[in-house]
Amino acid sequence: MAKYEYSYYPGCSSQDGASSSNLKRSIETMCEELDVKLNEIPDWNCCSASIGYGSGGVLPRMSLSARNIALSEQHNPGQDIVATCAACWLATKEASERFKDDENFFQEANTVLAEANLKMTNQTPIRHMCEVLVEDIGYEKLAEGVKKPLEGVKIAGYVGCQTNRPFGIAGESFENPMYLDKMVESLGGEAITTYEKKVQCCGGALAFSEPEKSQEMIKGIIEAAYDNGADMIATPCPLCQANVEIYQDQINERFGTKFEMPVVYYSQLISVAYGRSAEDAALDGQIIKAKKLEDIASK
Amino acid sequence: MSDMNTAMVEKYRNDFLKEVEANVEEGHWVKMCMQCGVCSGSCPLGPHWAHPPQEIFMMIRAGKRDEVLSSDSMWMCTSCYNCIVRCPRELPITHIMHGLATYAKRLGLAPKNQPTSQFSEIFWNNMMKRGRVNELKLGLSLYFKDGFSQGIKNALANQKLGMNMMKAKRMSPAEFFGGHGVKDISGLQKMIKKAEEIELAKLNANK
Repeated sequence: MAKYEYSYYPGCSSQDGASSSNLKRSIETMCEELDVKLNEIPDWNCCSASIGYGSGGVLPRMSLSARNIALSEQHNPGQDIVATCAACWLATKEASERFKDDENFFQEANTVLAEANLKMTNQTPIRHMCEVLVEDIGYEKLAEGVKKPLEGVKIAGYVGCQTNRPFGIAGESFENPMYLDKMVESLGGEAITTYEKKVQCCGGALAFSEPEKSQEMIKGIIEAAYDNGADMIATPCPLCQANVEIYQDQINERFGTKFEMPVVYYSQLISVAYGRSAEDAALDGQIIKAKKLEDIASK
Repeated sequence: MSDMNTAMVEKYRNDFLKEVEANVEEGHWVKMCMQCGVCSGSCPLGPHWAHPPQEIFMMIRAGKRDEVLSSDSMWMCTSCYNCIVRCPRELPITHIMHGLATYAKRLGLAPKNQPTSQFSEIFWNNMMKRGRVNELKLGLSLYFKDGFSQGIKNALANQKLGMNMMKAKRMSPAEFFGGHGVKDISGLQKMIKKAEEIELAKLNANK
C-alpha cells in the first residue's frame, strides 16, 4: 500500500493532448517516486476556472465543483481531494467554503446534484499538490530521495496568482511565499530568492482575450528572470506555465526581445532530481527546451 | 433580457446599491468599501480600467447604474486575487467584479464585442457541451469570433504557436472530432439547467 493516498482532480488542461499534459505526466512520475497514490475522481468535470462567470451564475458555476466533490465522496471516501491545477483547486475550494458558510446555498447545491442522482456532505478537504509536498511529505523528506541534485541550476520560482491567493499555503505570505524556493533548495538547485516577479499576474485567461495587455506582463516576468541570472523559471500553475512559455516568440516580435527562457513545473524538477529520465519528467513537452535539466537527466 | 433590465430599473429606481446588494454575487459587501484605493493600486491591469474597483464601489453608491453596468471595467479582472488579500476590510472584490459582470451580461448591458466577455461566453458554451474544456475548439472559436476572414488571419498569426504545441503533444487535432468529455453529460447538463432555474427564479422574485 502506498504511503499517501489522495482523490485526484487533474483538470481539463492536464488531459492527453491538452496544454498541460506534461504537468500530469510529471506529476505521475513524481508521485511514483514519493509513494503517493492518486485515485482519479471518476468522471470529473470542468470547474469553469475563473472565466465562466460571463455566462454562468454563481450557483451553476459552483454546482460544477459540487459534482466533483460528490463524486469524490462517493468513489474515494475519506480521501482528501488533491488538485494540481491552480484554477481547479481554487474553484473547488472556493465552492466548498461557500457551501460551508451558507446553509441555504449548500441545500441548493444538493438540490442541483439530485438531478444527477448525487449528493454531497462537503466534509472533504480540498488541497493543492504543493500542500501535499510541503505539509504531508516535507522538505527534509523531499531532500532525502534526491539522487541527482540539481547542482548549479539557477531557478526563478514563479508561484503566480491562484496557487498563492486567496488561499495559498499555510504559513506563507501572499507577497513573498518561499515554499517553491525551499523545494528547489531541497532538490539541490539554486533558488533565486530575489526573484521579484514571483507573484506577478500573467494575465490568466485574459492572455487569450487581451493578448497585448497580458504579454506586457509576461514580458516583465521573463525579463526579471533574466535580470536575476536564472537558467529557467519553475512554476506550480499550468496556465502560468503555458502563458509564460508559449508566447515568447510573439513577445520577442512585439517587443524586440530575444527571450528563450525555459519554464518548467516543480514536478519536473523533482522527477529529474529523483533520477528519472527526461521522458518520464515530460521534458519533451517543453516548447523551449530545459537543456540543463535534460543534461542532468541523461547523466 | 432587457425585460429584466426594465423591471429592475422600475423596482429599484434610485437605489442602485440596494439592487447590487440583492442581485450581485457578494454585493452586500459593497457598502463596506472605505475608499482607500489599495485594490486599484494592486490590480495588474489597473491602468486599463476605465473605473478601477474603488471607483466602481463609489459609483454604485452614487447610483451610477448605467455607467457601472455598461462599463468594460469589470471585464479587465484577471482573477489574480491581489485585491482580495490586500483589502483592509477584506471585501471579496474579485467575486464582486465577477458578479457585476455576470449581472450586466444577464441584463444585456455588458458592452458588445468586449473580448473577455465574449471569451467568457465561448468558454462556458465550450465546457458545457461535453463537461470538459475542448482547448482546440476553444482556441478556434476565439480566432473566428469576428468572422471568417479575421479568423483565418488570427489562425495564421498563431500558426507557429499551434505547430509548437502539437509537436510537444500539448494540442491534439483529434480534439476537433469529439475529444475528451464526461460520461454522464446528460446528468451534468440537467444539473446546470436546474441551477440556472433556481437562480433565475430568485432574480425574478427580486423584480
